[in-house]
Formats: sequence, C-alpha cells, structure tokens
Amino acid sequence: MSAILSIEGLTVALPRGADRPHALDDVTLELRAGEILCVVGESGSGKSMTASAVMRLLPDNVALTRGRILFGGRDLAAAEEEEMRAIRGAGIAMIFQEPMTALNPLRPVGDQIGEMFRIHTDLSAEQIRARTLALLEDVRIPDPALAMRAYPHELSGGQRQRAMIAMALALSPRVLIADEPTTALDVTTQAQILSLIRDLQRRLGTAVLFITHDFGVVAEIADRVAVMQHGVVVEQGEAAAVLNSPQHPYTKALIAAVPPLAAPPPRAFSDEAILKLEGVSKTYRTGGFLGRNRRVTRAVRDVSLELPRGGTLGIVGESGSGKSTLARCVMRLIRPDTGAIRLDGTDLATQSPAQHRASARRMQMVFQDPYASLNPRRRVGELVAQGPIIHGTPREAALARAKSLFALVGLDPASTDRYPHEFSGGQRQRIGIARALALEPEVLVADEPVSALDVSVQAQVLKLLAELRQRLGLSILLITHDLRVAVQVCDLVAVMKDGEVVESGPIGRVFEAPEHPYTQSLLAAVPGREFQAARRSRL
Amino acid sequence: MLALAGRRLAASIPSLLIILVGMFLLLQLAPGDTVDALMAQMGGGGDAALMAELRAFYGLDLSVPARLLNYLWRLVQLDLGFSSIYGKPVATVILERLPATLLLMTASLSFAFFFGLLFGVIAARRVNRWPDTVISTLGLVFYATPSFWFGLMAIVLFSVHLQWLPAGGMESIGEGLTGIRRALDIALHFVLPTLTLGLIFLAIYLRIMRASMLEVLTLDFVRTARAKGLDETRVITRHVLRNAMLPMVTLIGLQAGTMLGGSVVVESVFSLPGLGRLAYEAVVQRDLNTLLGIVFISALLVILVNFCVDLLYAKLDPRIAKETGG
Repeated sequence: MSAILSIEGLTVALPRGADRPHALDDVTLELRAGEILCVVGESGSGKSMTASAVMRLLPDNVALTRGRILFGGRDLAAAEEEEMRAIRGAGIAMIFQEPMTALNPLRPVGDQIGEMFRIHTDLSAEQIRARTLALLEDVRIPDPALAMRAYPHELSGGQRQRAMIAMALALSPRVLIADEPTTALDVTTQAQILSLIRDLQRRLGTAVLFITHDFGVVAEIADRVAVMQHGVVVEQGEAAAVLNSPQHPYTKALIAAVPPLAAPPPRAFSDEAILKLEGVSKTYRTGGFLGRNRRVTRAVRDVSLELPRGGTLGIVGESGSGKSTLARCVMRLIRPDTGAIRLDGTDLATQSPAQHRASARRMQMVFQDPYASLNPRRRVGELVAQGPIIHGTPREAALARAKSLFALVGLDPASTDRYPHEFSGGQRQRIGIARALALEPEVLVADEPVSALDVSVQAQVLKLLAELRQRLGLSILLITHDLRVAVQVCDLVAVMKDGEVVESGPIGRVFEAPEHPYTQSLLAAVPGREFQAARRSRL
Repeated sequence: MLALAGRRLAASIPSLLIILVGMFLLLQLAPGDTVDALMAQMGGGGDAALMAELRAFYGLDLSVPARLLNYLWRLVQLDLGFSSIYGKPVATVILERLPATLLLMTASLSFAFFFGLLFGVIAARRVNRWPDTVISTLGLVFYATPSFWFGLMAIVLFSVHLQWLPAGGMESIGEGLTGIRRALDIALHFVLPTLTLGLIFLAIYLRIMRASMLEVLTLDFVRTARAKGLDETRVITRHVLRNAMLPMVTLIGLQAGTMLGGSVVVESVFSLPGLGRLAYEAVVQRDLNTLLGIVFISALLVILVNFCVDLLYAKLDPRIAKETGG
C-alpha cells in the first residue's frame, strides 16, 4: 500500500537550556492508506510533538530544522502558511486528549462543527446544518438534534469526544491524527470511543495516526506501531510483531510495565478491621433559591465497607460513581449525612473539630495530582515536615525526619532543600507519599495516586506503596478508576456505581468471577484484554 | 432569564438600605448642619432664636433615629426631601445635574472599553515585541498620572494653545444652538473630560485584556481552532475574544463606583454641571438632604450597572446562565 503521509528525517530543535537539544531527532514514519499507526511513548518522548509538527502547529520556541513531511505530493515542512491552513482540517484533521477543554466553552457544539464547513467550503447555512446533524448521527451521539444546540459543558466527556470526532471527520480528511483521544475517559467510554474510531476508519478509509502511551490501547486498535523514546523512533513494525516479540529494550520495558490483569496470590492480613464504614451516605443539593432548579445528587448511598488492619482495599469506579466523595467523607474533608466511620472503634463522623485534628494524624491522604498538590513556593522538605510541626514536633527534628522519609520513599535525602518544580511527576508523587507518612499514620487514603503518571512510573509508585505497606504495617484505602492499578496492589476491592457498592470481595474472586453485570462490563472494557490473556498464557 | 433579573434586583435592596443608613449616620459625625451653613452664608450673626426656629422648620431638632426614620419613610414615597441651599426639591436639583454625569460616564466607559479591548488585543498578539512594549508603557503612564493633572494639561494644550476644543462647561451658552448643531457642540465639550476620565480606565482594561488574551491563547480549544484551519484573525475573533472579554466585563461592574468618584475631580476641572460637583458643593454647604439624595442616586446607578453586567455576563457565558437557573 502506498504511503499517504510520510515523515522523513524530521528534526525539531528545542530552545537552548532544555534538557535535550532536539524534541524530535531524525524521525522517519510512514502512514499508509486505511491503516491505524500507533505512536507509543511516555511523556516527553516527542510523540505529541510529531503530531504538532505534521500540522505545523509547533510552539513558538521550537523550530523544525530538518526533514520532510510529504502529504499529497507536497512537502508540508516547506509549505506556506496559507497552504497549511487549507490542509488543516480538510486534509489532515486532529482530535485531542482533553474533550473538556478542546472545545470552546462559549459556543454551541453544532456551531463549532459547522465551522469546519464554513472555513473550507461554500455550503449554505441550511446545508451545513444538515451535514452537521448527519455527522453527529454518524458518531452515535444520543439525541443529535439536541447535542447540536448544546454547549460543551452540557455534554459528558464521552459525548464531547464524539463531537470532536464528528468535527475532525467533517470534511472526510485523508489523515486523522488522534492525540491520546481516550486517555481522559472512563474505561467503558474509552472502549466505545475506540470502537467508534475503528468503525469510522474502516468505513471511510481514513488513515489514522494514533498517539497513545497505553499498550492496552495499542493492542486494541493498531495495525502498525512506532515506539518513541526521547524524540527518537526506537522501533516500528506490524502491531502483532512489536507486541509479541519486541526487539528494543525500551519497548520490552514498556510492554512489561503494562500491568497484568490477574490478581497476585492473596496475602495474609489481619481479620480485625481498622477502618469500618457503616451505612455512609452523602447527598449534594445544588440550586435552591425559592426552590428553583434544585438538583439533588446522591453521591454516596448507604456504603458499608471494612478495611482490615494491614490490608489494602481498592474502591473502583468510573467518574461520577461517588468514590472520591467517599474518600473525602473518610478523611472528614466533608461530613457524611448519615452513617458511621469507625477508626479502631471511634466514630469519626460525629467527632468535634478538636478531636478530629487529634485523630487526623492516624489517617493521611495521598492526592491525585502531584503537580497541584504541592505548594510551589515552599521547599519540599518543609512541605513534608509541616504536618509533624503542627502536631508539636520541634522544627529541627521534623526536618531531620523529612530527610529519612525521603530515603524511605526512594528520593535523595539531600534534595529536601529543593522546590517542587525541580522534580518529575513520579518523584513528586513520592514526596506526596512522604508527606502523608510524616505523621506516622495507620491508614493511608490514596485518591487516584498514579493516574497522572506514565505507565512505567505508575509501576514504580505502586511498588513503593506495596513495600511501605509491608514495612510500616500500613492499611491502605486506594481509590482508582483503573482496574489494572487496583489489581496490582489491592487485597480487597469494592466496585462502585452511582454512589452504591455493587460488588465487593477479595480481588482475585472479583476479577476471576465477577458477579455483577457492571463489574463484568468494566472488565470487558479494559483495553488490550485479549493481548493480556495471550501474554499471560505465554509466561 | 427574567426570574434571574428579578432575583438580582431584589437582592440589591438590602445593600441600598445599608448604604443609606451608613451614610446618614456618618454625616451626623460631621460638625455643623444646614442651619450653620445658611447662617454663615447670610453673614454670620448667630441669632439663637432664629437658628432654633430654622432647625425646627427643617426637622433638625429631632433625635437622630427619628430623623433617619423620617428620611427613610419619605424615601419610600419617592420623596428625596427639600434642599434648603438650592431652594428646590432635591429630586429636581439632581435631575438637572444627572445628564452631564451620565453622558460623561457612558462616554468614558465606552471609550475605555473599546480602546482597552483593541490595544489589549494588539499587545497580546505582539507580546514582548515593540507594539506590546509601547502600549504597555503608555498604559502604565496613563495609569500613574493623576486625572486632574491630565485634565489641566489637556486644557492648557488643546484649549489655550491650540484652541481646538472648549476649556470647560457643557455647551456654548448664549448661542441658542438647536438640534444636531447643539449635539455636536455638546460632543465637542465632552471630548477632553471623556479622555481625562477614560484614560485611567483604558489603562486598566488594556492590562486586563492583554493578560486574559495571553491566558486564553494557551487554552486547548485555541489549538483546536488552529487545527481546523482557521486563520489567526478568525481564531482571535471567533474563539479567543469572547472568552478573554469575560474578566473585563466583570471589571466594568466593579469600577462603576470608582468612575462616579473620579467624575468629581473631572467635573470640577472642566466645570461640568454634574453630580460629582453637586456632591462637592453639598458637602461644603452641609446640605444633608442633597448629599443623601446623591448617594441614593449614585448607589442606584452602580446597582443598575452591575445588574446590566450580570445579565450581559450570563448572556456571554452559557455556563453561568445554567448555574443560576434562567
């Protein structure tokens, strides 16, 4: 098959002072008609930069220095801006990672899709309306006529991504670049969007350049794969070949880092429960002046769970399932409406603020976003020492303890004088864990501790959590949307849907023989499941 | 939408009441009252019997709470009271002065908003290059210069030396102009005051607009717009502008009060017969009724501007309309 888009020796220079001279170094790729080429790599590998270079939408401070981008007989690397504008959208279209922010919040969805026709064609307003509606039907958005008039915030994440796809496919482009289009979505929505992209690609014969960090997604969708590391393509080939017999060590490491979807053998832990939730409910009420537009969201409904001493309980659910609200109730960041939260027998839900402060040190939290959860203006050592200092430890002693904690979580103890921005995402999450451990808690509540991290870094942080659990006798409540994360560290799991726990039990049992249909559908939606199964049987 | 408007208006009544009561009590702290000022105008004297009689006539001999209640009760009947200094009802005095202030405010606001927007966009489009540097520096100069000095210098240059524009007043007196010629004449008189009052606000709007443009330009949907093949001009006009304008619109509401305050200075410099100057005169002459009337009308104006801004905001940003229920 002939190549529709070929990138030859593409080199993109980074500004002086960056960690490496080139964002892309001699990248050569070929996208053939009607195929899906997956470009895989971790953050900083240059995979998104490749997409920006093809669209000629590079940031101002980086420059395309060498190489050719051949599309339709023209070299885009040398094309005029005018010519590029005609190609963008019509010849090569793009969908992005964040469906929440990739659409203009102030204009209706239909208007933004229709803009494609207004820019590139001479269709009348009436024709544009009809075409837009047809597109929205094509991407199987529920109630297309309504979705057309809706503003982005009125649609769900999956629906917004469908609208983005409709917009990208409006002019039947020959190439579609999808930059991590499913990363921000729930696992079931991700499965739907992947199959939608696959269907449309087959039907329209579009060539797709699919950028992802997830080998599960690759196994699901790719015809061919190119693996990138530090701006260099280290391996490329047919999907089956790369997945089953990777040649380059980096590819092997990446594939090995994909967590297996099988529970490890059960561990021993105490029968005694350290944390007990009894009938916890939380209802949000919004709106309300004179009772207008009142909305009642029952975020958590009558949840009863037990976390055994020394064990790890995973709470798994999609966005909106109430898992984060539950974690906040446990930490008493919000007060549950009804129910009891017993830590070693004491009910936290009814404690006075003073009592709560005293018991707060027994239970600490690790947050999701390692970038936003550390104060950028304070040294990391101080951030870690802050908790003990508030609880009465002398400053010197607390700072010394921070150093030993840094060693414990695998960071250089000498780096406590640095500021958060000097650390990578994985390192920051280690700092977050050190901060939580500084108060010597018995229970650690981890809210999506690894979802902002690359796969290989995820594996390291999860390994750290498992080690700490062993060494310090911690009990962990782990909140996650990712079944593959839960299965790596949890002993017990509870699956939440619409505020209720639909299924709970030992993780091995739930994963091998899920009883509730929702659990079954969650498991079925995990990308690359067949590849996983095949890999496991080979091992 | 109407229900939203109604609720906003209802919510502003308590703030109006607090302003009035606060102002009334504050004025009680100032030494002297209308009668003192009247006597001083008449050349002093100090006939105790006459003063007591006058106080009884104006109701000034009652206790403070009684006078406050009296005042509020008359206000409910839309009676702003009688100005002893001007010898006319306060409402009449204020109505005579209102047009000049309204005209000045509207003109300055429109001028500041429009040019602030324009220059903010230009500065953001050429960030850190010479147009940005020039615009930002000029903005800082305008912002740092006191408006009375600006006004005086403008009079010296444009009215005295070049003689292009009138130095003060609202219109040429005694020429009996009518219709379009009168409108033009008034417009000419308002050029310098508008510039003087508007430049400071222009500097603020410019900075806000520049900053929010730069922020919006980094957002994902701008990249989406570029990836669709829109040219830069259309990316700005169709996607960036409306998003970037939201902080500016908020600012208008917040600054309506500041603008009324600023108009005291500008009206004095250009001898415009407006509310600002009336307020100054009323303070000097201890004309409590007029002063309270002005405060009342000014508060109404500010509330009205904020109300319009709220409606406009809900119109501009569909997310707000949704949350507050429309």
